[in-house]
Amino acid sequence: MAELLQFIFSGLTVGAVYALVALGFTIIYNASDVVNFAQGEFVMLGGMATVFLAAAGLPLPLAAIAAVVITVAVGLGLYLFAIKPARGASAVTLIIITIGASIALRGAAQIVFDKQFHRLPSFSGDDPIHILGATILPQSLWVIGGAGVILAALWWFFRVTLTGKAVLATAANRLAASLVGIDTRFVVGLSFALSAGIGAIAGILVAPITLTSYEVGTMLALKGFAAAMLGGMGNPIGAVAGGLLIGLLEAFGAGYLSSTYKDAFAFVVILLVLFVMPGGLFGARSVERV
Amino acid sequence: MPALLRRFLPVLILLALVVALPFLLKSAYQLRVATLVFTAGLTAIGLNILMGQAGQVSLGHAGFGGIGAYAVAILPTHYGVHPLAAFLIGVTAAGLVAFVVGRPILRLRGHYLAVATLGMGILIAMVIQNQQALTGGPDGMQVPRMELFGWRVRGAETWYWICGAFLIAGAVLAVNLIDSPTGRALRAVHDSEVAARVLGIDVARAKLTAFTISAVYAATGGALLAFVNAFVTPDIAGFLHSVELVTMVVLGGLGSVVGAVVGAAILVVLPQVLTVFHEYEHLAIGLIMIGVMIFMRAGVVPTLIGLVRGRSA
Repeated sequence: MAELLQFIFSGLTVGAVYALVALGFTIIYNASDVVNFAQGEFVMLGGMATVFLAAAGLPLPLAAIAAVVITVAVGLGLYLFAIKPARGASAVTLIIITIGASIALRGAAQIVFDKQFHRLPSFSGDDPIHILGATILPQSLWVIGGAGVILAALWWFFRVTLTGKAVLATAANRLAASLVGIDTRFVVGLSFALSAGIGAIAGILVAPITLTSYEVGTMLALKGFAAAMLGGMGNPIGAVAGGLLIGLLEAFGAGYLSSTYKDAFAFVVILLVLFVMPGGLFGARSVERV
Repeated sequence: MPALLRRFLPVLILLALVVALPFLLKSAYQLRVATLVFTAGLTAIGLNILMGQAGQVSLGHAGFGGIGAYAVAILPTHYGVHPLAAFLIGVTAAGLVAFVVGRPILRLRGHYLAVATLGMGILIAMVIQNQQALTGGPDGMQVPRMELFGWRVRGAETWYWICGAFLIAGAVLAVNLIDSPTGRALRAVHDSEVAARVLGIDVARAKLTAFTISAVYAATGGALLAFVNAFVTPDIAGFLHSVELVTMVVLGGLGSVVGAVVGAAILVVLPQVLTVFHEYEHLAIGLIMIGVMIFMRAGVVPTLIGLVRGRSA
């Protein structure tokens, strides 16, 4: 029982990060049909920029805010200088552009930061909290809580604010949205900024637990993409569910079966799910029009 | 231009390239880089059949390359199999895996297909990474020298010609396939699966054919690479290498045989050239990829052909 709870705690912590990455994928995909493989680099930038700004003497909260701002600027830059000039290019061309961007960002991080692993101090100490025989780090609560707050804020943004509704309208039908006077280019730019911000926050929250380096983005992008597909591409609830599920699967697989093959379980399950449900868990069944 | 010449023009261009390069390249190092381009180019030509012709994405093709490469490493080392037999076994095994896995996977479309092939590639890479007793794990392992009729195959020049020959053979097969009923079926599937089905094309089978053929190309390319380097590491089967292969195809030009080799040349030669810039290497590669894709959306070769045609017309 205590063991089970322990695996659930660690699965939810990792899963919350995957969920945020998957959510970033989904927001950009919905607004622009671009699958952004540089999403993991946003997570890396958030963590690394905070580490270096804090090392430069900035207090941790200020460093974190500055890191989010920097990452948002990078996300906007990615849209303005790489995606926007290629407007109208095929989906696979755009994917290669984002892959190029992720290589370039990783390369830039090597130069601006360094190639070492870094650790942020935990936000509220390192004393584990005991619950029913299992333990959880305070930082894990920060990660899970942070993900929850972001989700609530996004829900509010999309359901209540006019700008959020404009994003939803653009996702539903770009042409119709522009016909009713929505600046769809602004919306796409906004979605890149939003995704970058979410990624950066995820990177900052998890850096005290998993360490961070210029390379952490690749694996996160991979898992986040898989999570988004598992849930059903374009579905934000699916993205979150997919992320948490993959986190839990990894934790249970590593705990009960074999830790060397922990990444394998997630992908075996994804393959099995897709064989049965080709549109993901929450994906709508699509009908091709001829 | 006569139809036959037009069809085989890509092969002639590649043939001229393979024959001419040894006169232009001065050092054994340059010859080696050209050989690496040929092995990657072979894989890219195969992947281009799947992506450019059939319009299906694979983010796991490095896995097939890994099967080919580790077959020629493991079988001779641990089981005393002749390297040539190991080569054939590896390529056949990759084809079989693609045939078995392909049927359920290829039912998926677009990004779902991408994530399924990604998962497949990662599983293959993970087995290679973790079966340390057989594969040497993350450190990789030596590949025994190929020996034919008592003659040890060695030296940069020998492998240059062997890989060049394989590249030409691969190009001939690809060009023939494109103009065959199978090739036309694949392009019909690419344009519209529903329309293709209405025309009586067995869509599932056409896709599976392309997937299996491209896996055989990848395994051949992987095995050759292992022979050339005389060493393999799990990176050859990794996700990043799969991404690299897809990038070669798209950068060079979807559907173009010469384009696949040009794409391979860009991604193999660029890092070698850019090493002089030390740590700016990755930044430069990424920016070049973005720039090429923005200004040559259809890929390098189709865009250039379009420019030439536009001017002469």
